[in-house]
Amino acid sequence: MPSLIIHTEKLSRRFDGLIAVNEISLDIPKGEVFGLLGPNGAGKTTFISMLSTLLKPTSGRAWVAGIEVSNDSLQVRKNIGIVFQEPSVDDLLTGRENLELHAMLYGMARDERKKRISEMLELVSLSARADSFVKTYSGGMRRRLEIARGLLHQPKVLFLDEPTLGLDPAARKIIWNYVKNLSETGDITIILTTHYMEEADFLCDRIGIIDHGRIVQLGSPEELKRKVGGDIVILEGTIEIEALKGLNFIKSVHAGNGKAEITVMDAADNLPVLLKHAGEIDRVEIRPVTLEDVFLKFTGHEIKNEESQDTIFERIVSVKTNK
Amino acid sequence: MNGIYAILLREVKIFFREKERIISILVSPLLFLFVIGRSIGTGANPVRDTPVEVAIKNAENIQIIEGQTKDSLQSTVVQARPISNGASPVQGYTYQQFIFPGILVMVCLFTSITYGLYIIWDKRLDFLKEVLVAPISRTSLFMGKSIGGITGAMIEVVIVLLIGYFFILPVPLWKFLLCVLWLIPVSYMVANIGLSIGARMKSMEGFGLVMSFLTWPMFFFSGALFEISGTSPVIKTISFFDPMTYAVDMVRRILLGYGNFSAYTNITAVGFFAVLTTFIGIKFFGELQQTK
Repeated sequence: MPSLIIHTEKLSRRFDGLIAVNEISLDIPKGEVFGLLGPNGAGKTTFISMLSTLLKPTSGRAWVAGIEVSNDSLQVRKNIGIVFQEPSVDDLLTGRENLELHAMLYGMARDERKKRISEMLELVSLSARADSFVKTYSGGMRRRLEIARGLLHQPKVLFLDEPTLGLDPAARKIIWNYVKNLSETGDITIILTTHYMEEADFLCDRIGIIDHGRIVQLGSPEELKRKVGGDIVILEGTIEIEALKGLNFIKSVHAGNGKAEITVMDAADNLPVLLKHAGEIDRVEIRPVTLEDVFLKFTGHEIKNEESQDTIFERIVSVKTNK
Repeated sequence: MNGIYAILLREVKIFFREKERIISILVSPLLFLFVIGRSIGTGANPVRDTPVEVAIKNAENIQIIEGQTKDSLQSTVVQARPISNGASPVQGYTYQQFIFPGILVMVCLFTSITYGLYIIWDKRLDFLKEVLVAPISRTSLFMGKSIGGITGAMIEVVIVLLIGYFFILPVPLWKFLLCVLWLIPVSYMVANIGLSIGARMKSMEGFGLVMSFLTWPMFFFSGALFEISGTSPVIKTISFFDPMTYAVDMVRRILLGYGNFSAYTNITAVGFFAVLTTFIGIKFFGELQQTK
């Protein structure tokens, strides 16, 4: 398998009886941007941690860049770069010093170090602030610095664990563009976890939806959307759900509070029939299937609520632990 | 090697940038030195048989056992110039001067153990992960961390020695340097203990526990504030297993010119604990994994 950069066989990890990752077998070809999508606690970070040698698998095996992770962890670490979910840059060092520390840890020679560091600072537009302490950086700047750091030693695989968590939309857009540009060079394989659907849709060549430690769906964003199929019709009013269930062009119905989200085949043709049977309808909306629908279908979780609560929670936590 | 140097460099930089930490660690030792040190043994609060008297009596015994004459000891005691600071001088040394070596070791102990335990903080904030995924061995990481801790401890030690020089016990430069030299392996050993515990602990809540159940007892049983040979057999036995006992004894030997154990015993004991804690630390660091 020469073109595979990551290969796992029944990779599993348990924590005191809880199975965080359950026999995941996955192949990722070189140069791909692969997204792991899943609700909190689904096992995304655990899976990445095993690939990056931070956690030992309880069973199963994994290869990164042709090296088995539990065999030669130092060699694996040389070939990977990571941007962690929580900030891991040193507040009391300047941006440049953080990169210098990293370069020294990765055994880069002095001249190469200097050159690469200024290149990377340039890439993430931090040259002007390179010699300020990181504690004066904004969240977006920290993330950019971490990305620069992850790329400094020219890894073959870059792991991005929730790279845009807690960032404002503008900062998020900037990060997306870096990742997109990076992936277009084709030299690097990027594995990212996220629970922002648009992010996965925009960046990833292929997506694995992970739930309860297993990959439940795998494919390109388009393939996954096709699996859900059709369009989404949203009805508001007094809806007769039982009547709807008898119609053969309806794939699924989620209803509640005088509102129903119905997955419909060929909505344009079937809408008149649908409305005839639906009851007293006040409002109709049709939209194409998004990754969010895919996610909802295959995990049964509504990601939005969980996500926003979590982001707020994590912000509170990070504020508390910062000082 | 490169990895060790990188970590060490980071630790030293960080230490100098956290000025509050440098100052705050000095508070309790200085309270001991200037509040307790100056109050015990004064006229207002006479202690009949002060620790210092016991100390000197015992020192005499030991000296005699070692085959030296009483006179030679007497002369060293007389030679040391007492400073009159309100406390009544006892046989050459005030109580404040007597505890000064112990306080010096206390500073070293507190700085180093706090430094070691700080790794829990690194773990919580994910700083540690960056180092854990770097292609350096856990042994290098451990060595870089523990050697990095020495610098901080030595800065604190020098500050206290300088305070001592001006207010308590003027010592010649070579004694000053000898103290610093001796406290290097001591701080290394204590940092190892802190790092080993820190590697195992999950939250900062354990920090207070370690201070109460380990650091303070290590300090109290070391004989920093009293003379070990004059205390009860139970305390004496516990002190025997406290590495700080030997650290304090050696500093007392250097600064005050007498001690309970031979220099050889002190060096062997601290050397033994330094090697032991190195092995434990390397083992615990080898097992470090991400906790969540």
